[in-house]
Amino acid sequence: MAKSTLREIRHGFADGLLEAARADSNVYVLSADLSSSLGFDKIAAELPNQYVEVGVAEQNMICVASGLAHMGKTAFAGSYSMFSPCRNWEQIRTTVCLNRQPVKIISSHSGFSDASDGATHQALEDIALARVLPELVVLSPADYAEARAMAPALAKDRRPTYVRMQRGKFPDIFPDGIEFKIGPARHIRDGKDVVIFTTGSMASTVLDAAEILEKSKISAAVVHFPTIKPLDEKTVREMASKYGRIITVEEHQIAGGFGSAIAETIAEKQLARLCRIGVRDSFGESGSYEELLKKHGLDTKSIVAQIKKFMLE
Amino acid sequence: MSEITRLEKHAASVRRGVLSMLATAGSGHTAGSLGLVEVVTAMYGAVLKFNPKNPHDSRRDLFMLSNGHVAPVLYATLAEFGLILKSELRTLRKLGTRLQGHPERTKLAWLETTSGPLGEGIGQAAGMALAIKRDGQALKRFVYVVTGDGELDEGNAWESIMFAADQRLGNLIMIVDRNGIQLSGDTENVMPLENLSEKIASFGWNVQEINGNSFEDILNAVKIAHDITDRPTAIIAHTTAGKGVEEIEGDWHWHGKAPSKEQEAKWLKVL
Ligand SMILES: Cc1ncc(C[n+]2csc(CCOP(=O)(O)OP(=O)(O)O)c2C)c(N)n1
Ligand SMILES: [Mg+2]
Repeated sequence: MAKSTLREIRHGFADGLLEAARADSNVYVLSADLSSSLGFDKIAAELPNQYVEVGVAEQNMICVASGLAHMGKTAFAGSYSMFSPCRNWEQIRTTVCLNRQPVKIISSHSGFSDASDGATHQALEDIALARVLPELVVLSPADYAEARAMAPALAKDRRPTYVRMQRGKFPDIFPDGIEFKIGPARHIRDGKDVVIFTTGSMASTVLDAAEILEKSKISAAVVHFPTIKPLDEKTVREMASKYGRIITVEEHQIAGGFGSAIAETIAEKQLARLCRIGVRDSFGESGSYEELLKKHGLDTKSIVAQIKKFMLE
Repeated sequence: MSEITRLEKHAASVRRGVLSMLATAGSGHTAGSLGLVEVVTAMYGAVLKFNPKNPHDSRRDLFMLSNGHVAPVLYATLAEFGLILKSELRTLRKLGTRLQGHPERTKLAWLETTSGPLGEGIGQAAGMALAIKRDGQALKRFVYVVTGDGELDEGNAWESIMFAADQRLGNLIMIVDRNGIQLSGDTENVMPLENLSEKIASFGWNVQEINGNSFEDILNAVKIAHDITDRPTAIIAHTTAGKGVEEIEGDWHWHGKAPSKEQEAKWLKVL
């Protein structure tokens, strides 16, 4: 591929967010002492009335963001993935997701991208932590232009959202001005033999890999998923039946991450026979223990029934 | 009838409601709920501006419990002032109820937030107060949050206390339920909080200490707080855990226990 320009994904988001904040005075931006890391300092300088510095306090940042959201603000709370959602997960769960408030958790330095700072700063578990939360949308843009388009789209959407971004300069994949919609995957390379699914900045690496594979007579299609949740299951199913072989590439633990999301869909819907029993993307509620187990299909009787049904399929 | 007499009548009724709903549910937090009856009754009976016909009225004051486990006192007070039906109190903690074991905003329109995990309410209240202030409404709308005293063991609470001072949130009023107990013992044994007043004041807050079971004290403290516009106010409300039921007053063992049906019958007579 032609690698014209290298740009920071997080700066794309910050530039888009500045525009969204200029257009709507209810867009609020919060930072936990990391405004320059996120490129939020421009917003702080130009729109101080829409900017909130909370200090190195990621838990409180989420609480404050939830409170602002309750009063009609769309609150973008910025930090590194390691600290948000990894440090403040329960605040996100209770005050944002269960409380259904339009808070956007905007994080950079994801994956290995805070490379020299070491393992303490490298978030490889954040997709799993975020993906398990009911109500939460999980996104990971591939380049500057996609991230730039993401910010104004989120300013107009009411759903709690987590945006995962790698730090560093990455090649442009999409043209400036590209649209972004929560949900659809993007087909970024055609191929005949196999399809590779990926997300975030890894997209450009995967495109490179596909080029190299071509020389070995392996023609690989590439699909980038800027939306990890809700997953574009239609594309996953179509690709599964078209290619029969799927590879997932992610900068995250294999357990619970993007590949797991794909595996769940493939195993459950298409290629393999799999039956999963558990709580399905919902919260509990008050009731007796037995009532709740029954409601969620986890009492003995329900479990037996589900297994019997599966054996007849 | 004087205002205080009127509130005392309501409080007696709220207290009975708390006892009965807990006994019917068979689980829940009795000590904190009973101790806060005067505070919450004063709020809905005299302090808060709200529109009984519209929970989302854009001019309303906001009130919330950071210590969500004392939800029964909030539900019983909402019922006392006609915002929900008294008959609904019997559904506490039952499947399908709006009255979840801990308050959930999305289930009941009168709730401003969802709480239960401790330490998160002050920051949310600060966010709300900040939004109001930046919208130019700070002198017209107040945000009240109740926190437990044991709850102040949480670091998150102090992050929020620091933040509210930095933002000079004169429209934020935090009421600390200083009942001296928490889940596993007396606060000063589990994790000493004193000198609590000096601690909060040193963060830049205005601090008042009152008898939290006295309507005179509560109403007076709120009035003083309203006049201080350059910083948030903490009202350390010294309450008696389990207030009204002499045999459990001050006893931390009643933090998370509900009365039996027999105890309910016996105690309703003395209330
Ligand atoms: C984050 C968190 N940790 C632990 C608990 C369990 N818990 C509920 S109430 C409580 C004690 C709180 O003490 P206090 O705020 O003084 O409440 P009181 O006993 O006076 O009602 C604990 C530990 C919780 N709800 N949230
Ligand atoms: Mg206490």
